[in-house]
Amino acid sequence: MANVRVLVLRAPGSNCDNETAHAFELAGASAERIHIQRVVENPSLLDEFQILCFPGGFSFGDDIAAGRIYATLLQTKLGDAFRQFRDHDRLILGICNGFQVLLKTGLLVEPDPSTGQIPATLAFNRQGRFEDRWVHIELSPGRCAFVQEREVITMPVAHAEGRFMVSRAELLKKWQGENRLVARYVDADGNAGDFPINPNGAMGDVAGISDSTGRVFALMPHPERHVSPYQHPRWTRRKAQPVEGDGLRLFRNAVNYFQN
Amino acid sequence: MPTNVSNVWEVLLRPSRPEEDAEQRRVQSEIEHLAPILKLKFDHSPPASTTMRGFLLEGPLSQGDAERAARELLADPVTDIPSVRAALKGGLKTSDVTIIRKPGVMDPVSDSAEQAIRLLGIDVARVRTFHRTSFPSSTDVSVLRFIASRILANEAIDQIVLGDLKSEHLGRGAGYEFKLVTVPIRGMDDAALEKLSKEGQLYLNVVEMRTIRDHFESLGRNPTDIELETIAQTWSEHCSHKTLRGPYEFNGKKSEAGILKDTIMHATRTLNQDWCVSVFKDNAGIIKFDDEWNVSFKVETHNHPSAIEPYGGSNTGIGGVIRDILGAGRGGKPICNTDVFCVGMPDTPYEKLPPGTLHPARVLRGVVSGVRDYGNRMGIPTVNGAVFFDDRYLANPLVYCGTVGIMPADKCFGKVQPGDLIVALGGRTGRDGIHGATFSSGELTQESEVVSSGAVQIGNAITEKKVLDILLQARDRELFTAVTDCGAGGFSSAVGEMGEGTGALVRLENAPLKYEGLSYTEIWISEAQERMVFSVPPDKWNEFKALAESEGVEAFVLGVFENTGKLKLTYKGEQVGELPMEFLHRGMPNIVRVAKAPEPTYETFHVASPVRVGEAIHRILGSLNVCSKEWIIRQYDHEVQGGSIVKPLVGIHDDGPSDAAVVRPILKSYQGIAIACGMNPRYGDLDPYRMALSAIDEAMRNVVAVGGNPDRTAILDNFCWGRTERPEVLGSLCQASFGCRDAALAYKTPFISGKDSLNNEFVTETERIVIPPSLLISAISIVPDVRKAITMDLKQPGNGLILVGLTKNEMGGSHYALVNGTGGGEPPNVDLETGRKSFIAIHQAIKEELLRSCHDLSEGGLAVAAAEMAFSGGLGASIDIESVPIQDELPDEVLLFSESNSRFLLEVEPTNIRRVLELLSGLPAAIVGEVTPDPVLRVRRSGKDILVESIDGLRESWQTPLAW
Repeated sequence: MANVRVLVLRAPGSNCDNETAHAFELAGASAERIHIQRVVENPSLLDEFQILCFPGGFSFGDDIAAGRIYATLLQTKLGDAFRQFRDHDRLILGICNGFQVLLKTGLLVEPDPSTGQIPATLAFNRQGRFEDRWVHIELSPGRCAFVQEREVITMPVAHAEGRFMVSRAELLKKWQGENRLVARYVDADGNAGDFPINPNGAMGDVAGISDSTGRVFALMPHPERHVSPYQHPRWTRRKAQPVEGDGLRLFRNAVNYFQN
Repeated sequence: MPTNVSNVWEVLLRPSRPEEDAEQRRVQSEIEHLAPILKLKFDHSPPASTTMRGFLLEGPLSQGDAERAARELLADPVTDIPSVRAALKGGLKTSDVTIIRKPGVMDPVSDSAEQAIRLLGIDVARVRTFHRTSFPSSTDVSVLRFIASRILANEAIDQIVLGDLKSEHLGRGAGYEFKLVTVPIRGMDDAALEKLSKEGQLYLNVVEMRTIRDHFESLGRNPTDIELETIAQTWSEHCSHKTLRGPYEFNGKKSEAGILKDTIMHATRTLNQDWCVSVFKDNAGIIKFDDEWNVSFKVETHNHPSAIEPYGGSNTGIGGVIRDILGAGRGGKPICNTDVFCVGMPDTPYEKLPPGTLHPARVLRGVVSGVRDYGNRMGIPTVNGAVFFDDRYLANPLVYCGTVGIMPADKCFGKVQPGDLIVALGGRTGRDGIHGATFSSGELTQESEVVSSGAVQIGNAITEKKVLDILLQARDRELFTAVTDCGAGGFSSAVGEMGEGTGALVRLENAPLKYEGLSYTEIWISEAQERMVFSVPPDKWNEFKALAESEGVEAFVLGVFENTGKLKLTYKGEQVGELPMEFLHRGMPNIVRVAKAPEPTYETFHVASPVRVGEAIHRILGSLNVCSKEWIIRQYDHEVQGGSIVKPLVGIHDDGPSDAAVVRPILKSYQGIAIACGMNPRYGDLDPYRMALSAIDEAMRNVVAVGGNPDRTAILDNFCWGRTERPEVLGSLCQASFGCRDAALAYKTPFISGKDSLNNEFVTETERIVIPPSLLISAISIVPDVRKAITMDLKQPGNGLILVGLTKNEMGGSHYALVNGTGGGEPPNVDLETGRKSFIAIHQAIKEELLRSCHDLSEGGLAVAAAEMAFSGGLGASIDIESVPIQDELPDEVLLFSESNSRFLLEVEPTNIRRVLELLSGLPAAIVGEVTPDPVLRVRRSGKDILVESIDGLRESWQTPLAW
C-alpha cells in the first residue's frame, strides 16, 4: 500500500496543525506541517503530497475578517498551484479557519461572473460571539471524496465567524442539487433546528461544502477534535467506549481515496 | 514626512443586514441599558444608532486604488456595503461619532492590513481602523459624549471624534533628538526625595530613595534618568516582591527570613518532593510529568491595567503569563489556560460608581473578551476558571491568568554564558506600557485613569504565536542558552535579570521601533508586548536569525552578556547608564514591615427569619458566585490542541459545572493533568487562616474529584490584598500565609510558584475601598490514566450516593448566610489529617473504577452539590439527611448548606458500594441516598420531606443570572 502524504499548511496564527496532523496519522497517512512561506518560495513542494490541509486557527490574526488576508496571499501567490493540485486528482481539506480561507480564495465556490465576487461568505455568528459547542452534523455522500455514507456524526465547533451565507438564495438550491452541501447542522436524530442545533445561524444549516469536483472539502466543525472516544464531552456517561471518535472517518476516507 | 491631506481615504463598511449585525445590536442594546441615567442626567431618552466599521488608508494611492482595496480585501462581498471618500475633507455631522485609537496605541489590524493591501499591488503607507456610530442629528452633544465614553470608547486608548476627522487625530510620533538627562539626587532631603519618587512615578519609599541617593553620592555623580528608572523597576513591589520577601514582624515577633520563606517556601522545602523540578526560581514552577516531559505552571495577576482598560488588561495579562511559560527553563509549549476574575456587582447603578471607575458589567465583558481573543488566537484552550462578585472589587477588579506548559525534561534550566549575545525577538518597541511595573505597585486613585493610561497596553496575539513557533524550534535546535520574557519593566527587567550573574552591555539604538520619537529611556522601560529576550551564543546567531525570518518575525542583537558585573547602557555610542548588578539586585534596603492581627473570634450563627430551604437553594444556585458561567466558558476555545478529556462543562446537556479540567498534553499518551482552583474571599473577612486552609482544601478536592493523584499535586498561590503598609492588612496576609504553610505540609502538596499583588485599594476624596483578602490557590495534578477520569453528573438511577466528610456547624461566610443577608457564624475549618486520608481513599476508588460520579461540596454545601449533580445528569436524587456524618446534632439548614471542608458526594453502583465503604473505613462517610429516575431533588429527614424541587427549576435558577 502506497504511503499517502499529507501537507498540513501552517500560516502565522494557525493553531490546530498538530492535532490535525495527528488525526491524519491515526488514519494511516504520514503528515508534515510546513509553513506557507516555504510553499510560496517553492510551489513544487506541493508535488510531493496527495492531500493538502488548511487547519484551524486565526491565520494572520483573522484581521480584517477571518481568513481574508491569508486568502489574499494565496490568491496572489499560489492560486494556480492549488488549482493544479486539485486538478491532478488530489484532495484539499479546510477545517474552520481553513474553510474561511478556502472560501475566500475562490477554491470552493466560483466567483460570480457578473461581479467578479465570491457569492458566499462565513459571516459573524448570529449570536455575535465566539462559541465552543458540540454539534451534530449530517454528512451527505455522492460528490465529496471525504464522505462515503449518509450519517450523523458529532464534533465541536469553535469559531466566531462561521455563519455560512450566500448573496442569492437560489445558490443554495443549486449546490444542494449538485450534492455540494456535504455537511449540515442537525440534531442527534438528524432533524434541522434553530440554535443551538445550528450553532451560528448558517443559511441552509450549512456546516461544510465541497467544490464542484468533490475533491475540495471544507467545514466549520473540527473533526480532528473527535478522533478519540475520550474527546467526547459525554464519554464518562458511557459504560463502554467505541474504538474511535466520529471525526476520524473523514480523515480515513481521504486517505483511502488514494489506496483503493 | 508631513501627511498629504488629500491622500487619506476612508473606507466605510455598512452592514448589508443591519438588523443582523452583532456589533450594531450590542451597541444599541447597551445604549438602551443607559436609559435611567440618560433620563436622570440629561432628561434624554436613548437615541437610535447605526454602528459601522472602517479603515483609513494613507499614502500615495488613488481613490480607485482605495475602492479596489475595499472591494477585493476590506469588505465582505455578502455582509458589507463599502463606500470610499476622502477622510479629511469634511462632510460628517456632529452626531457621527468616530472612535479611533490614540496615536501610538497598538492596533493589531493595521500592520496586517497594510501588508495585505500591498499584496494587491497598491501602495499604502499606513492603515488605521475605526468604528463609527451615527445618531439622529437632534441628539444632544452632551448625550453623544456620555454614550461615547461609556459604551463606544475607552479614553485610555481611544479618541472620540464628533463630526469630521482632522489630521491631528492621525498624529504620529515626532522625531527624537538625543539629550542625556541626569537627575540631581545628590543632597536631596527626604521631602525632595519623596517628591521625586511621586512625580517620577517611581513608587519608592523614602528609605529606598535615600539608599539610591547615598549610592550616587558615594560615586560622586548624579544618576541618569535611565539609571533611576532601572532601579525603580527592579526594586518595585511588582518585580522584587519585597513585602513578602523582606523582614517582618508579626504581632511583635520578628523574622529576618520573610513571610514567603517562613511559610510557603518553607512547606515546599520541608516536603522536598523529588518530582518538583524547579520551584520559585524561574518564571514558572516546573514538576515532573513522565520520564520524557515536565510540566510548568504559572498564575499571574494583571489587576491595575484591567481596572483602567479591561480588554487590554486581561488581554496582555494572559499574553504575559503565556510568555512566563515560554520563558521558564528554555521554554515550554503552553497547553492550557485558566482565568479567575473578581469584579463588582453587575447591577451596580451607574450613579453609585466611584469617580474614575468603569462599570462592573463593562469590566466583566471586557476582561472576558480580552482573555478570549488572546487565548483563542494563541491556540491554547482555556479550561478552568471562576468569577467572584463583591462590591469591594468595584474599583479594583482582579484578573488572575494562568498557563500550563509542557517541555522536554532536559530543557528545564537555562544559564547565560559570558559572551552570549542579548537577542530580542518579537514585536517592535513603542511607547506602550511605560511605567507598568511601578504603576501596578501603587494604589489606584480617581486620577489613575488619566495619569497612568500610558501603562495600558493592547496585545497582538499572533505576534506571540509566531514567537512561540520560533522559540520551540530554536529550543530543540539548541540555539540559545537561556530565555526570559519582557514583562513588567520591559528590556530593563529582562536583561537586568538575565545578566545578574554576568553583566551586560546594551546598545539601545539597536531596538527596532514602531514609530520615531522614543528616548533611550523609553526604549529601555517600554512594556510593549510580545517580546522575549534570549542569550544566544555568537556561533548560533545566524541560524537563530534565519529561523526567525523564516517565520516572519524580527530578531535583533540588543547587546552582549559580558563578565563585568555591570549593567552598561549605551545609545548611539554614548554611555547613558552604568549600574553595578550587585547594587541593582542586592542594594535594596531591608525594611522591617509590621503586621498585626488578632485571633479571630466568631459570633454564633443566627438567622432571625430564614427563607425556607426550598427558596434558599434557588437563591444560592442563582447567586452570582455559584451560578453557571456558561456564557463565559463557551466564548473560550476549551478544546483546541485536541487534549480535552474532562471539559469545563459536563453532563447530559454539556452544561454542568465540572470540578476541574483534565487535559492530555501528549496525544499519544493516556497520562494527563487535572487543573483546578480554590478561592473563598468571603471566609477571609472572618478568618484569613481558615480561608487559606479552605482554598487549598477546595483546590485539592476539585482535582481529586476528577481523578487527580493527591500525591502528585502541586499548588500555586496568588495573594491579592489591600495596602500592606497598614499593619492589620499585612497581618491578615500573614495569617493566610500560615494557613498555606500548614495545609501544604499536611496535604504534602508543595507550592511551586506564586505571585502577589498588593495595594489593591481605591482612594477618593471621600472614601477608601479595600478589596477582601483574595487568595487564589491553583492546583495541578497528575492523572495517571485519563480513561479513568470521572465527572460530576449523575449517571444511572438506582446508584447509591455516599457522602464523605464531616458536616459541622460552619455557616460563617457561607452562601446560605449571604442569601439570608446575615453575618455571624464560624467559617469552615479543615481537619487536615482526615482531609488527606479522604483524598487518598477517593483517588484509590477512582483508580479501581468504582465511582460513577464525584462532586465536591463547596458554596451551598450538600444541597447545592446534589442539585448540580442531579440537573447535570438529567436525573433525580433522593437524600436522607438523617444519615449525614456529624459529630453534634445539627438543624436542617446546617446539614443542607454548611460549607464544611473535605467533603464529597459520590455516586456508586450498588455492587461497588461495599468496596467503596471499605476504602473509606475509618473516615466519616455514609450512604445518604440514591439516584432516582424522576427528575426531582428530594431531601428527607426522619421520614419527612424537607425539600422537593424539580431539577429543571433548579437548573433554571442556576443558569439565568449570567446568561448574558
